[in-house]
Amino acid sequence: MNLGKINKNIFMIMFLGFVLTSCATQTTKIDSQIQGDVYTGTDTVEYLADGVPDRVFFATNESVLTTASRETLRKQAAWLRKNPEINVVLEGHADERGTREYNLALGERRANSAKDYLMTYGISSARISVISYGKERPVDSGSNPLAWSKNRRSVTVKAN
Amino acid sequence: MIYKKLFTIFLILFPLNSFALIEVDITRGNLSPLPVAVSSLSSSDEDKEALKKRLKIEDLGLEISKVVENNLKKSGLFNPLDKEAFLQKPDIAHLKPRFEDWALIKAQGLITGKVNFQDGKLRVEFRLWDVLAGKEMLALAFTTVPKNWRRVGHIISDKVYERLTGEKGYFDTRIIYVSEKGPKTQRVKKLAIMDQDGFNTKYLTLGNELVLTPRFNPTNQMVTYLSYFKNLPRVYLLDIETGIQEVVGDFPGMTFAPRFSPNGKKIIMSFAMDGNSDIYTMDLENRIVERITNHPSIDTSPSYSPDGKYIAFNSDRSGYQQIYVMNSNGKNVKRISFGKGLYGTPVWSPRGDLIAFTKLHKGKFYIGVMRTDGKGERLLTENYYQEAPSWSPNGRVLIFYRETKTNSKGEGFSAKLWSIDLTGYNERLVETETDASDPSWSSLLSN
Repeated sequence: MNLGKINKNIFMIMFLGFVLTSCATQTTKIDSQIQGDVYTGTDTVEYLADGVPDRVFFATNESVLTTASRETLRKQAAWLRKNPEINVVLEGHADERGTREYNLALGERRANSAKDYLMTYGISSARISVISYGKERPVDSGSNPLAWSKNRRSVTVKAN
Repeated sequence: MIYKKLFTIFLILFPLNSFALIEVDITRGNLSPLPVAVSSLSSSDEDKEALKKRLKIEDLGLEISKVVENNLKKSGLFNPLDKEAFLQKPDIAHLKPRFEDWALIKAQGLITGKVNFQDGKLRVEFRLWDVLAGKEMLALAFTTVPKNWRRVGHIISDKVYERLTGEKGYFDTRIIYVSEKGPKTQRVKKLAIMDQDGFNTKYLTLGNELVLTPRFNPTNQMVTYLSYFKNLPRVYLLDIETGIQEVVGDFPGMTFAPRFSPNGKKIIMSFAMDGNSDIYTMDLENRIVERITNHPSIDTSPSYSPDGKYIAFNSDRSGYQQIYVMNSNGKNVKRISFGKGLYGTPVWSPRGDLIAFTKLHKGKFYIGVMRTDGKGERLLTENYYQEAPSWSPNGRVLIFYRETKTNSKGEGFSAKLWSIDLTGYNERLVETETDASDPSWSSLLSN
């Protein structure tokens, strides 16, 4: 029994050590604001209401919602339910590292992936319109992975 | 149409013998451009004075010869010699060149000409001479309205190019593009059009709404493009003669990536709805819409083969952006790009044998060409960011745009037009009044 417990503790310690070292290597120079190619910072984020962030971010070439994005969208859905008179536009964007036309399609796909999620939380599609700007409206003019990660986004904007 | 009427072109002499005269090989990168002397076009003092009054140009004959020189030089195939070294006067050279004098300055080709001004019309004649053989190769005359004088220079350039290379030229053409201004996060974009050599720039929209990807109709002066008018991104049609524009079709969502069919009667484009982009065509006469692809992936950037039988397009149905070719009815879809990296913006060459594309590999962007079965990939140029090649009407030159990397503060962004020969040689900045992107090359205005 005791031996088993000790072994477990050793395992835990080793595991923690592993986590710490891997953190240390990941947090090198670039930034801790990107995880798995998705922006997790709050730099450019605005708020639709108290505690309701206006945007979600995507990985390169992806339109899949991350856990954090889904949480943001659930907050948006709750806010929309509370304010039934408000309609929104979802603006889909891409970073500058892609051809213009493909990025227009990608922006549309991202905004729709956010729209679909809002709809599963009871928001009528009649209240949501979608527009893609492709790579035409970056929020960060940088030419680096952090800037690109901020630009790969879908932003929920009040339409009225 | 109007453009063709303004010109009457006729042969003035037919002394062409089928001897092997000088010629230029354009299939290889030309490392030793042909030395040519472009003599100033002569005119009588009277005509010179009258033209000066009309156009505010001191010596029109000289200016036309400079248009020709500039075109020939930029083609990379010719080396126009310094006029300072010319021994013979323009008017005498045009009658009968003293070939020894021109051979002395190492000219192999000589262009001479004459400008007249009669009854409000500009009449220009020119001759192309083979200096070494001592023979006239070509002689033509044009009549037009005086303000078209630059086009006379372009047509002369086209005729010389055609006579010496055996292929049609591309100088009497225009480029439509997107003019850009302002910070990267808030670019103001306008449609602009200019002559192929950068002159006569005109702005076709005011910049109130975002406009992208203008493309010429290959058969006339119509243009199709994407406009965010009233924040509804839709494909539009613009007549650049009349300025009349109209939305193409009433689609319940974004339409984008438009191009004309080779006969100019259809527009092919993407229509995006509910997160999925597919390819559609619209017949401009009867407005009938046809769905060409039906796939949950992104299908965009369609481009017809010149015979109209096939369509090249961009799709990520394999998981990533690749180039596909299908029959024009959407059947028989085949992936053709299999190299490393992502592929986009396929554009079928007007000669039909090649597809130009943009490739992204390991953080670099390339403009390249491949055969229509995807074989024989050749990358012409590598850069931080470049895309959207458009072919010259003779299929020998590609124009595209390039964007710069910004510095750590996000400053230093620019977008410029560049051109490169199919051979991979002769890469050149195409000068524009403002920053520029999304170029599209017109067909020859006259033939």
